[in-house]
Amino acid sequence: MPQEAPIPRFGHKPQVAFFDFACCEGCQLSVLQLEEKLLEILGHVDVVTWREAMTETSSEYDIAFCEGSITTEEDIERIRAIRKQAEVLVTLGSCASGGCHNELKNQWSMDEVLGVVYGDDAGGISTIPSRPISAVVDVDYQTFGCPVSLPEFVTVVSCMLTGQHYEPPNQPVCVECKLNDYVCVYEKGEVCLGPVTRCGCNAICTSFGHACQGCRGLMDSANLPAMLKALTREEAHSIMRMVVERHSLTEDEIAAKLRIYNNWPELRMEEAQPDDD
Amino acid sequence: MTTDANIHVHHITRVEGHGDVVARIEDRMLKEVRFSVVEAPRFFEAIVRGQSYGEVVHIASRICGICAVSHKCAALQATEAALGVEISPQTDLLRRLAFHGEVLSSHLLHIYFLAAPDLLGLPSVMPLINSAPEIVRRAMRLKQIGYDLAAMVAGRHTHPVAMTVGGFSFLHDPAQMQEMRARLVAILGDLDATVELFSTLELPDFERETEYVSLTHPDRYAFYSGELMSSEGDRMPVSEYREAIHERVVEHSTAKFTRWNRPEYMVGALARLNNNYEQLHPSAREAAERLGMQPPVHRPYAITVAQLIECIHCAHDAIELIDELTQTGTHAEEQQAPVEARAGLGVAAVEAPRGILFHEYEYDDEGKCVSANHVIPTGQNLGNLNRDMLEFTPTIIDESPDRIQHLLEMLVRAYDPCISCSTH
Repeated sequence: MPQEAPIPRFGHKPQVAFFDFACCEGCQLSVLQLEEKLLEILGHVDVVTWREAMTETSSEYDIAFCEGSITTEEDIERIRAIRKQAEVLVTLGSCASGGCHNELKNQWSMDEVLGVVYGDDAGGISTIPSRPISAVVDVDYQTFGCPVSLPEFVTVVSCMLTGQHYEPPNQPVCVECKLNDYVCVYEKGEVCLGPVTRCGCNAICTSFGHACQGCRGLMDSANLPAMLKALTREEAHSIMRMVVERHSLTEDEIAAKLRIYNNWPELRMEEAQPDDD
Repeated sequence: MTTDANIHVHHITRVEGHGDVVARIEDRMLKEVRFSVVEAPRFFEAIVRGQSYGEVVHIASRICGICAVSHKCAALQATEAALGVEISPQTDLLRRLAFHGEVLSSHLLHIYFLAAPDLLGLPSVMPLINSAPEIVRRAMRLKQIGYDLAAMVAGRHTHPVAMTVGGFSFLHDPAQMQEMRARLVAILGDLDATVELFSTLELPDFERETEYVSLTHPDRYAFYSGELMSSEGDRMPVSEYREAIHERVVEHSTAKFTRWNRPEYMVGALARLNNNYEQLHPSAREAAERLGMQPPVHRPYAITVAQLIECIHCAHDAIELIDELTQTGTHAEEQQAPVEARAGLGVAAVEAPRGILFHEYEYDDEGKCVSANHVIPTGQNLGNLNRDMLEFTPTIIDESPDRIQHLLEMLVRAYDPCISCSTH
């Protein structure tokens, strides 16, 4: 087993708990894929609560890893209690950090989505508009991706244990595509959300020839007006003209694509009207 | 002797998702026992409405982090049926290969990390990290090969991005599959050691005959495709599933229950083993004999053992599929079938690790989703699990409340419920 190193931030071996809210639990499962790295991390902490993996449990912990979105009133109470106990709260993946596709339901009334799924029998089931954990309590460290990007998880854990700040990358996925020398998805005539999406996934989707779906969310400086303009204007240069003609997307359709992984109420496409030039 | 017991396990541990076990015993009489699903629904059947077919399949894989390949493949096949897309034999072969990766990773996660601690008298796998690190390493190695196999074919296991309507987003190179083939050969010994371990472990003694529902295929042990089959003798195309599988909403559950011929039926590894035993790889059947698992097996606690037998089948069949791909080669013209939007309705079923999974989609003439229905294995098992609890608990009523609770929790875990999925 790896040697235990002193932990500057906590002064003792910190106690860790994992919690999940509405999600597929794929981020926790991805963490299990770290294998040797995971065993190394486990040498530096004591996992005291992880419902999916262990029966042991403790109400005392220093660090809480939280996955999933907040979709019930009970969730709000639960995450507040976790926040109160944990010195450090880390959100795992896009459901917890950005909202992810859970927020697609927020475009309808809750009664309507309950009716679509449960018909007339939804009486005892309640739901509220979905939101990320970061919309309900303060979060110390965020990790993104659907599922979470593992190198980012390891970086965040290292920063957290040594008391350092972690700033999520704030460049587009295009940067990672170029660094890897991948063929641009637009050159293949497909629409890709890479130019506005926060990198940090090492462009995994484009590495397999697929367009970026935007699962890590918009980067802070995402230029949505430019994106809309490029995808809709007729007088584009050759590559973009091919994309525009092939897909003939409307602004609403582009917005709908962006909204699959991006916060529904906060993504205001009105600001993103194409300008005149 | 227990005369009264009031058991309420809030959020049972070592299962995927949130469920409660409730049991109430008064004067040695069982008053109530049930497993309730309290998972918050995510409303997938509502949120895919209005999305184009290409997005629908990506969203659908997000139903589950453990069986994402199954959800993706069910969504792909249903969508391809709706749009009239014919996939190539190459795509069919590759999707079957990805399935084996998912079944291996999902089953081995359950066998070692979720179920085995009960049989070893431990609360989790964590104490083994120090006391028996070689077992933990073996478990991680076995589980990881499943992820890596699925990722090699599908781009990533949890949310397989490279699987697209009509085929794949990249062309596979069989030459790059040889390392994986060697790893698969190498883990056969680890699987054998797991069979050895399980042949020494004692499962709780409970037997109840039930209806077993699965896919069945004329040429192979069915995972990726086939016909709908019940052990009561029925067979039908999956497109007619609504004639057989009746879903209903029940109290105490955000997941729906189902019935077919009997009020409850079982799906998953044990149902498949009972229905399709002769099509298992000979090495898997040999392991079944060693483990006393020749059908019919009516012991729900043995679902975990059936999973282990399937792992041996999947490892061998994956090796054979890689050999077949190596022999035929892969061809760019077979990578992606042409896809045109059109109005249509499509149904598909696959054998997810936990059992038969149905997806149904209706698209409009622009290829946008109008409606969707998903019938999840864990939902289908809930009726059967609750019936087991009802019949099993009176036979253990003289045990201590702690022991009763533990045996009931073990029964729930044996089904390997995927609760997030079941609610979706």
